[in-house]
Amino acid sequence: MNRSLWIFVAAFGGFAAYAFLAAGIAHAQAPDLSRFSVEDRKSGYVFLGEQVRALQDDDFQNPGMFAVDRGQRIWNTVDGEAGKSCATCHGDAAESMAGVSARYPQFDADRGAIINLELRINEQRMTHMMAPPLEYESEDLLALTTYIAGLSRGMPLEVNIEGDAAPFFEKGKDFFFERRGQLDLACNQCHDDLDGMMLRGDKMSQGQINGFPFYRLIWNSVGSTHRMFEWCNTSMRAEPFAYGSEEYLNLELYVAWRGRGLLVETPAVRR
Amino acid sequence: MAQDIGPEVVAYEIIDFAIPAPLTDVPGDVERGWTIVQNAANATCLICHAMPMPWQPDHGNLAPDLAGVGSRYNAAELRLRLVDPKALNPDTIMPAYYQAQGLNRVQEKYVGQTVYSAQDIEDVIAFLLTLTEE
Ligand code: HEC
Ligand code: HEC
Repeated sequence: MNRSLWIFVAAFGGFAAYAFLAAGIAHAQAPDLSRFSVEDRKSGYVFLGEQVRALQDDDFQNPGMFAVDRGQRIWNTVDGEAGKSCATCHGDAAESMAGVSARYPQFDADRGAIINLELRINEQRMTHMMAPPLEYESEDLLALTTYIAGLSRGMPLEVNIEGDAAPFFEKGKDFFFERRGQLDLACNQCHDDLDGMMLRGDKMSQGQINGFPFYRLIWNSVGSTHRMFEWCNTSMRAEPFAYGSEEYLNLELYVAWRGRGLLVETPAVRR
Repeated sequence: MAQDIGPEVVAYEIIDFAIPAPLTDVPGDVERGWTIVQNAANATCLICHAMPMPWQPDHGNLAPDLAGVGSRYNAAELRLRLVDPKALNPDTIMPAYYQAQGLNRVQEKYVGQTVYSAQDIEDVIAFLLTLTEE
């Protein structure tokens, strides 16, 4: 290619980039965020910059989709002594699992306590597939959870906090308002009172969980609600609780209720 | 085996919404204070406050700008604000940088420790007193 053609290509490339940017800016001026809030409750999406939003919006770019694909494969793969896969009992997940994650966590009579999607998956593996539980936060458990939760995308969170769930809900709520750690902070101090403010480079959101498991760019991976709770706990220099602990399950129930009506975004993408 | 169990916490007295007596005998070192407050690994003030430090990215904006704080407060008032800000506002999110007791579920590696040592507090006060321009 001769030199003038290169210049033309460069100039045109520049123009294309400009047009693209201008379109982006036009979009930024009036993004329709009505789908991302209910009354005063706002998804973390509302607090994101354009670029991260674009990543979440496009399934071909959303890095969380790798977990979805992996989860779909696992769904159909036989494992354990019973010779079954999830699909053996539940068939096509797109039908049987639609809307399920929007109702989690929930009270479980057998446990006499709260169960979330991760623990439900493991319980099903152990009782019906006779397969060992997947380690919490392992790639496989995250993948299955992300796949199943992704099948509720666009459906409103609606967890049950009545009846047997009520005392656990109250404990989760207390946790949210209790100061802890060397920096002596409570969840509500950052996520009820300061949303929209800058905490160093992070724009504070309301700490909603409608997008979980989500892909967090600073982690370079998908992560569960309990990993996020751990992250926030250690940033206030508090000793975190274990993944799957009763404390975090109760907290998860409270936080899911706090975001009632927000639409499931799994796999969300966050900074 | 010698173990780092953190600094011994010096007793102090709050008088008229201030802590008049320095926590150490060594006068605060402005340069050291300047370095301490920017330490990203140790609860830097920049998480919440803007400071007149244009070279630092991403200043927080949920707390008052610290520009001019050296003309708004004297050393004794700044000392209380660093050591025990809840004495002024029980609901504040501003952490106590010199508190090791009476906390809930502190992460194991910080148990019994203050965020700053007594000398760090004095050095940071010396630095804050240089921030006289709004
Ligand atoms: C010192 C401030 C602070 C405290 C206290 C805090 N967080 Fe967070 N939290 C953050 C920051 C910063 C982020 C990342 C930016 C964002 O999404 O808000 C975050 C993100 C989150 C998210 C992800 C939200 C999303 O849409 O991606 C959840 C969920 C969350 N926090 C829950 C909690 C819970 C539960 C507690 C209490 C155990 C808590 N946080 C305490 C600072 C805090
Ligand atoms: C987690 C958030 C946070 C961090 C970290 C933090 N502060 Fe603050 N600070 C606040 C808030 C919020 C206030 C407002 C006072 C209140 O809440 O009553 C404040 C108030 C102050 C004041 C009084 C300012 C005024 O104009 O009245 C001083 C001085 C101060 N902080 C210094 C510091 C210094 C120095 C550091 C670091 C060594 C620091 N702060 C770290 C949140 C923070």
